[in-house]
Amino acid sequence: MKRLVPLTITFIVGFVLIFSVFLPPAEGLDQTFTLYFDIIAVFAFFLGGGNLMRVHINKLRRQKKDWGFSVVTIAGFLFMLAAGLFKIGNPGDIATAVDTQGSLFKTVFDYVINPLQSTMYSLLAFFVASASYRAFRAKNREATLLLIAAFVILLGRTPFGMMVTGWIPDSFSIFQIPNLAIWIMNSPNLAGQRAIIIGIGLGVISMSLRLILGVERSYLGDDNA
Amino acid sequence: MNRSTYILTAIVVLLFIVSWTLKAVSLSGEVDDNITRGFLITISAFLTLAIFSFLYKDNPFYKFAEHLFVGVSAAFWMCQGFWSTLVGNLFPRLSEGLSNFFMVPYQYSPYNITYWIPVILGLLLLMRLSSKAGWLSRWPLAFIVGTTAGLNFIRYLRSDFVVQVSSTFVPLLGNESHPWTGIGDFFSHLSLSASGQFMMILANWIIFLGVICGLIYFFFSKEHKGVFGFASRIGIWVLMITFGASFGYTVMGRISLLVGRLTFLFRDWLEIIS
Repeated sequence: MKRLVPLTITFIVGFVLIFSVFLPPAEGLDQTFTLYFDIIAVFAFFLGGGNLMRVHINKLRRQKKDWGFSVVTIAGFLFMLAAGLFKIGNPGDIATAVDTQGSLFKTVFDYVINPLQSTMYSLLAFFVASASYRAFRAKNREATLLLIAAFVILLGRTPFGMMVTGWIPDSFSIFQIPNLAIWIMNSPNLAGQRAIIIGIGLGVISMSLRLILGVERSYLGDDNA
Repeated sequence: MNRSTYILTAIVVLLFIVSWTLKAVSLSGEVDDNITRGFLITISAFLTLAIFSFLYKDNPFYKFAEHLFVGVSAAFWMCQGFWSTLVGNLFPRLSEGLSNFFMVPYQYSPYNITYWIPVILGLLLLMRLSSKAGWLSRWPLAFIVGTTAGLNFIRYLRSDFVVQVSSTFVPLLGNESHPWTGIGDFFSHLSLSASGQFMMILANWIIFLGVICGLIYFFFSKEHKGVFGFASRIGIWVLMITFGASFGYTVMGRISLLVGRLTFLFRDWLEIIS
C-alpha cells in the first residue's frame, strides 16, 4: 500500500500525459494536470510555512542558540500572512489583486522583500569576484580559454570595452570588444550551450521514463517497504 | 549576546531613528505621507546594509535580516498561491458560494468534480506534518512526480532535443540570404553586419562542429583516443568558452544588482547623487 499506490499513481499520470499528445480529444489534458499540479503546489507552500513555524516555535520553546532570531522569523511570517490573507490596506474590495499598489502586502514586498532579495544576490558579486581571483589562473589551454571568454564578456558589457577598441574600423568591427562579446555569446557559447541542453534533454527524458516505469523510486524515501 | 552587541544594537537603533527623522524632514515638501515614506526608505536601507555587513563577518544584524527574509518570503508565496491559484482557479470551479464570497465568476462545468482530486491530494500532502500518517503524503508526491515526468518527457523531447538538433544543422557554405559570392567577397568584411559573409559562415561552422564535439565529450561509452579524442578535446574548448561566457554574464548580472542597491543607498536614501 505504501509503495504500490504511489508507483501506480506516477505510472498512470505520466502515461496518460504522454499519450494525451497523440490523442486529439485529450489535447487539453496537460493544461488540466498543470492546474492540478499548481493547486497541490499551493498546499506544498502551506506545508512549507507550517514546517517553518514548527521548527522556529520548537527552537523558541527550547530556547536553543539564537532563539531570538526565531521570533523575527515568526513575527515576519505572521505579519506578512495577515497582510496578504486579509488584504490589509488594499484600496478596493476583496476582488482586487492582493499585490495592488498601496496595499500593505505590496508595501512589504517593495520595501522589505525586494531589497533583501536583490542585496542577497548582489552579495554574490563579491564572492564570485574573490573566488575567481583564486580560481582564474591561466594554468593550461582550457583555463586560458575560460579566462579570455569571461574577460571579453565582462569588458564587452561595459563602456570601457568600446573605449579601448572603438578605433577599429567598421570593416573589422568584429574585433571591437563589445562585438566580440556578442559574437562569443552567439557562436561558441551557443554551441556549448546547445551541447549541454541536448545532454540535459536526454537526461530528463531518460529520468522521466525511469520514474514513470517505476525503476527510479528514490522519491518514495527509505522506508518504502 | 554580550555587552558590546547590546551597545552596538543601541547605536544602530539610534542611527535608525535619526535617519528616519532626517528622511521624513527631507520628504516633507515632496509627499504627504513623509513620515511613513521616510520610515519605509530607512528600513529598506538598513536591511540592505545589514545584508552587506556579512562581507565583514557573520553578525546579529545579518542574522536578523536573514531570518526576517525567510519568514516574510514564506508568507509572501503562501498568499500569492492562495489568491492566484486557489481563489483564482480552484474556488470558481468548486463552489458557487465560495466564488460569490471571493467575488470571482463561477465557472460551471460537469467535470468540475475532478478538481476535488488535487484538493484531496493537497490535504494528504499536509499529512507530512504527522508522524503516523506521514506516509500518505507520498500519494500527492507521486502525482507531482508523475505530472512532472509526463510533461517534461514531451517538453524536453520537443524543445531540448528535436529543436536543438534541427537548429544545429545550419548551412555551412552560405544560404539564400547570404549566397556564396566568391573568395574575394568572403574575407572583405569582418563585421557582425549582414554583409559579413565570413563571420556568418564561420559562426555556422563553429555551431555545427562545436555541438558535435561537445556531445562527443559527454559520450563516455568509447575511450577518448585518436580522432574521437581530438574531437572530445575540441569539445572541452567549446565548453570552456561557454563556461567563461556564462560566468562573465552571471557576474555582470550580479554587478548590475549591486549597482541597483548602491544607487538606492546613495540616491534614494542619502540623496548624495541625483
